[in-house]
Amino acid sequence: MAKPENELTWKDLEIGNIVTAPGSARVYESGTWRSQRPTYDFKKCIKCGLCALNCPEGCISPNKDGYFEADLYYCKGCGVCPRECPTRVIKMVEEVE
Amino acid sequence: MATRIGIEVSIALADAVKLCNPDVIAAYPITPQTHIVEHLAELVAEGELDAEYIPVESEHSAMSACLGSAAAGARTFTATSSQGLALMNEVVYVAAPMRLPIVMAVANRALSAPLSIWADHSDLMSVRDTGWIQIITENGQQAVDNTIIAFRIAEDRRVLLPVMVHLDGFNLTHVVEPVIMPEQEPVTKFLPKNRFPLPLNPDRPVAMGDFAPPFIFTETKWAQEVNIRDSRKVIIEVWDEFSKAFGRQYLPVEKYHSDSAKVLIMTMGSSGETASVAIDELRAEGMDVGQVRLRLWRPFPFEELREAVKDADVLIVMDRAISYGGPGGPVASEVKAALYNQARKPKIVSYVISLGGRDTTVSGFKDIVKKGIEIAARGSKNEYEIYGVRE
Repeated sequence: MAKPENELTWKDLEIGNIVTAPGSARVYESGTWRSQRPTYDFKKCIKCGLCALNCPEGCISPNKDGYFEADLYYCKGCGVCPRECPTRVIKMVEEVE
Repeated sequence: MATRIGIEVSIALADAVKLCNPDVIAAYPITPQTHIVEHLAELVAEGELDAEYIPVESEHSAMSACLGSAAAGARTFTATSSQGLALMNEVVYVAAPMRLPIVMAVANRALSAPLSIWADHSDLMSVRDTGWIQIITENGQQAVDNTIIAFRIAEDRRVLLPVMVHLDGFNLTHVVEPVIMPEQEPVTKFLPKNRFPLPLNPDRPVAMGDFAPPFIFTETKWAQEVNIRDSRKVIIEVWDEFSKAFGRQYLPVEKYHSDSAKVLIMTMGSSGETASVAIDELRAEGMDVGQVRLRLWRPFPFEELREAVKDADVLIVMDRAISYGGPGGPVASEVKAALYNQARKPKIVSYVISLGGRDTTVSGFKDIVKKGIEIAARGSKNEYEIYGVRE
């Protein structure tokens, strides 16, 4: 699609809102629903990847140093990763405006 | 040459579907729609109709199968009634925004409880806001013609919307009426091949009925509204073309002795013919009365309605359903809304009649007209009147 989806007018929509290209939901910024965000103390991280395996959103992946980190564009702040982390790397903090 | 025959309306409607050469029929039998789908199943089983007949386990599945079938570009038909329409409701809503040109006959019947298998419009009103085009028929011929017309409208590239053809249960579905059955050749000519623009196809995958976040949902709904609103022009165009090909004309609002009449009765569905006889008799008695019939329920024909009633002093609107705790008759409340901002408008009297199959006879309609004129003159504290209820 030529325009970003959030700039489409009603006239730009395909018939019946049919989606013609795969992976288009990737542009949806679903992380805005979050009220808490994960923070990291990577000194304790053993790179086990349990947080990524348990993330219901599938938005955790290794960063450039190999530490696992959530992509805040999609992260809903559910708090599963700090519960699963065996070395207590992750803490949830309130989102402040 | 098409000849007039005596035929049960359900059978005639099924034969009309056959003339349209559908690819898929997915339906679940329910009184009083049963004869329509039974006859179609018979036609497929006997090899007279080359279509896929899917005998589903419920109406929810029937409409779901229709979605898939129409999405694959197949000409698709189903029929239901009352509780069946209620059960498929979730899926009925999906068809219009997905632009799937399904045709569904609805044998109008009361919704439970108490259980009633007889005609009224409570099922029709339960699907008012589903986004389907809704055509109301008054007799067997209209049901047959508008079934053929419905496919043409639904599949028109400018429309691509599902269409319901409403016919009153028993009063129409189970009576033998004189019907001119169209011949195959002119129907084939009138109804070009269905070409859905983006069908499900493994070579060109698409996703349908997808998720729409808040930033795009309003745009999808406005597109849907403009789509059905603009379909009105095409519906009228198709009715005109049908008239040229078959000699029978349909209009969104049909008038009967209404042009100069000061008092009008408005009907929707099969009771309109009984009302017409009452109008004849009242005119013979010297009363200045006429009738308007609503043929198109969605998209609502605002312009034609305003034009049809502009010179009347009193408009008595018939309803066969109640919006409980609300304004009473759904048709009357929409008619009131359509006329509210007009500089000149008739006084409107709303009557609920013929619930759950109760007959309103010719003398009943005459009584309603006379009482309606009185109510319009003296005013009433009631939102609406209910006819014939025992006090």
